[in-house]
Amino acid sequence: MITLGFACLILAFALAIFAAVAALIGTRGDRRFVDSSRRAVYAFAALLTICVIIIEAAFARTDLSLQVVADHSSTTTPIFYRFTAMWSSQEGSLLLWAWVLSLTSSAVLFATRNKHRELAPWATAILMGLGTFFTGLMLFDANPFARLSPVPPEGVGLEPLLRHPAMAIHPPMLYTGYVFWAIPFAFAIAALITRRLDASWIRSTRRFALIAWLCLGVGILLGARWSYSELGWGGYWGWDPVENASLMPWLVGTAFLHSIMVQERRGMLRVWNVTLICMTFSLALLGTFLVRSGILESIHAFGESTVGGPLLVLIGVVIVGSTLLIVSRLPDLKSEKRIESLVSREAIFLVNNLLLVGLAAVIFWGTFFPLISELFTGSKASLAAPWFDRYTTPLAILLVLFTGIGPLFAWRRVSLGAARRLLAWPALAAVVVTGLLILLTDADSHPFALVMFALASFALAALVQEFAKGAAAYRSLKGGSYPRALAGLFARNRRRYGGYVVHAGIAILLIAVAASSSFQTSRDLRLRPGQSATVDHYTIKYAKPTAEISAPEQRLTFGAVLKVSKDGGPYATLYPSRNYYSGVGGGTPVTGGPGGGPIRSFFEGEATSEVGRKTTVSGDLWTSMIPDLGPLNPLINKSDRKLEQIGKGVSPKNMQAQQALGALQGLAVRNIEQQYLKDPPPATFRVNVNPLVTWIWVGGAIAVIGGLVAIWPAPEARRRRVSDVYAARLARELGRA
Amino acid sequence: MEIVLAVLIVAIVVWFVSVPLRRTSEQEAAATQRIEDSRVANLEAAKEAKYREIRDTELDREQGKLSQEDWTRQDAELRRDAVKILKELDEAKADAGRGVPAER
Amino acid sequence: MDPNVKRKIRLVVALSVAVLLAVALIYTSFSASSQAKEPSDLVHASPGQSYEMTGVVVPGSIHHHGSVLNFRVEDRDNSKVSIPVKYRGEIPDPFTDGREIVVTGSVVNGTFMADRDSLITKCPSKYTTQAQQDPQHVIITN
Repeated sequence: MITLGFACLILAFALAIFAAVAALIGTRGDRRFVDSSRRAVYAFAALLTICVIIIEAAFARTDLSLQVVADHSSTTTPIFYRFTAMWSSQEGSLLLWAWVLSLTSSAVLFATRNKHRELAPWATAILMGLGTFFTGLMLFDANPFARLSPVPPEGVGLEPLLRHPAMAIHPPMLYTGYVFWAIPFAFAIAALITRRLDASWIRSTRRFALIAWLCLGVGILLGARWSYSELGWGGYWGWDPVENASLMPWLVGTAFLHSIMVQERRGMLRVWNVTLICMTFSLALLGTFLVRSGILESIHAFGESTVGGPLLVLIGVVIVGSTLLIVSRLPDLKSEKRIESLVSREAIFLVNNLLLVGLAAVIFWGTFFPLISELFTGSKASLAAPWFDRYTTPLAILLVLFTGIGPLFAWRRVSLGAARRLLAWPALAAVVVTGLLILLTDADSHPFALVMFALASFALAALVQEFAKGAAAYRSLKGGSYPRALAGLFARNRRRYGGYVVHAGIAILLIAVAASSSFQTSRDLRLRPGQSATVDHYTIKYAKPTAEISAPEQRLTFGAVLKVSKDGGPYATLYPSRNYYSGVGGGTPVTGGPGGGPIRSFFEGEATSEVGRKTTVSGDLWTSMIPDLGPLNPLINKSDRKLEQIGKGVSPKNMQAQQALGALQGLAVRNIEQQYLKDPPPATFRVNVNPLVTWIWVGGAIAVIGGLVAIWPAPEARRRRVSDVYAARLARELGRA
Repeated sequence: MEIVLAVLIVAIVVWFVSVPLRRTSEQEAAATQRIEDSRVANLEAAKEAKYREIRDTELDREQGKLSQEDWTRQDAELRRDAVKILKELDEAKADAGRGVPAER
Repeated sequence: MDPNVKRKIRLVVALSVAVLLAVALIYTSFSASSQAKEPSDLVHASPGQSYEMTGVVVPGSIHHHGSVLNFRVEDRDNSKVSIPVKYRGEIPDPFTDGREIVVTGSVVNGTFMADRDSLITKCPSKYTTQAQQDPQHVIITN
């Protein structure tokens, strides 16, 4: 089957080239080539689907003759993670990228098969150019069908950190997000080439842009959530280059989603729109590149690979090509219409765009600073999280202000009197909230956070006002009850009201971010069983140690039971622990070496933390532990010495003896486990009190729901019925006019 | 076995992709006709969008965002645009009926 | 005022604000950054300067003493030079022998005194081309 898969990959590569060439021929008007190229895209998708199925089947049965399987999975890996292991590899993730690209290209070409006679061929050529690139990359640099000979007896296995559902879905979500931006990008380039610069390219690709934005957002949220709940660090965002790489296209993409509305409504900002989508897609490619190249120091740096170079070239081509194209079409792009008034929705959208792009620019500067400083000073210098926080916070604060004002204003022009009336109640609500916060809490100890709270409450109040007034207005026009009016609002304009829900989610998210970062309490406690300490209002007692061995996972767990009481009464029981794994991937050779021995390297090898957490509406109590293994050292060393003695003279080829040796090592580990329970050493507990952190996930979920509402297509029948009514009315009035 | 499958797949793909290249002139005409119908579809979409704008603007006035005078001005302009689209739509429908190739 | 003039003024104001902010950003970033160095650069480093050191954990050098973590770091490409590190704070999960790490701090008497919680350990390279296998890993039986 593997050979078949490889053949399909080669065929897919050839098809992508054919599709691109046929599409280019088709741009001269010959529809036969256009239709043929479209079919080639469908076939391209089918072939890549076959490739994916074959690779996943190989993972499912742990076919160790396949290099990707041997490198990233093993016979002991649970079945779910065997499937997701595909995209933890370079080759597999490229295949995923190409596959998603093929599916979404097929979708958009199918949807536009009878439209856009001029645009579709060019868009096809661009999309298949990308398809050629990624399949070519696989064929020549990172072949997922590469074989291993001789076949190894066991695979490396999946990185323990990645054995988590959120981490399994996070890459496909991100890639879907990145890839879907290719659709509006391709159509924008097609529109520029053919000089068809009205809003039709936007209308056909808007849904794809929304899906891209949504998936990218979900991917980012999942990454943050995983980091918070699984890593022994307790944070959700570290301004790591790879995190930033996914945030930048999302920010610029958000700007794009807003400004296309301005173009559709008022015909303005056309240059800005094409620039934005080209920027978004370039950043999406950059995100794909950063994760693979090793040019920036990052937690995720996957080391240098041969794929980085070609990707960089592609990014260069995309940036230079789109810039030249835009500049050459500038005369066609300029519109006569201008922004009439600062007190209008267009103006607010423009400000919001500038803020979003500004945020992306700051993050870009900070992320690439090591390379920039190397250029100017010869040495790499990097900027850490505090710098990012300092410069993104003011922009984020201004942004939340405008997420409130935007929905309030109408297009074209709002009279000053009306503006005052619209802003009055939300502003009052914000002032009241701020006053309450200052009086009842210590919120004023962190001025930036306080401002964020104030402006976010303004935004939320404004949104509530929008919904209330909108429903009231709907009622006065159409009658019916309030709930029906509210439903009617959503039904009429899913995009707008779904968007308002997204704004609400984001405002809540930003409140939670401000609260959980500015008002966090973090302390390290060193406790023996029976000891307790105080953090904030909580008293934490190390009740007893726990230990557990899991043979299927080849894992030893040392943990603790912590009893927490608050203001005297019992509050929670937390179970932090630390997992130690038997030699999985990397590390010292097990048979000795300086200071090494199999048991020692077990404890100083890969380890993961299980976090103990109590989540409530008002905040989280979070703890991780690191047991002090010092007191166990004598036992560890003794075991290693004994094993070394026993193992002397045993040939590595003697399988039975090796197995027996392994079993003895297992017994030694058991011994140590018993010792830990009998005479537990002290442990260091990191305890964090994170106020309101759950609202980050709640706010994110609300934003996602709003996004889904906005994407959902409106039913056909209702539209037609209403428009007939309107057509009749219009005709009547035309007769009168 | 794999070779057979591979050859089969290649054959199917080549056949599938080359169908349009082997079209007769009647099939060609039918394809072109579908594009004409799409011009009508495009205008319908534009009409819907314009109607939505008219309704939204009315809702804005009802909510107090637009003064009566601003609304009257904007509404009139939007209706003028809508009339233009309706006229184009009538033309396009007539053209499609007559089989006149659309000029895009 | 003539609307065109108004528009031009708005544009000039907006541009100036942007330029000012950009300049502020650029200026402060150079002073706020820590220089990235490898252990070989830091063996004779001047005390009092903050550095961000990247390197590889020397196998067998990890020792915990109470809540202090001691280990040695060598250059990524040159294992002859290494520098000892004293660190307190969060230990990232992937931290172990042979891993690439980044840590911020200063050099005092030849030892790298790390800032609290500044240790970052890179996820092991997912995209290397050879399979790393451990034929003699410890087997735990029930």
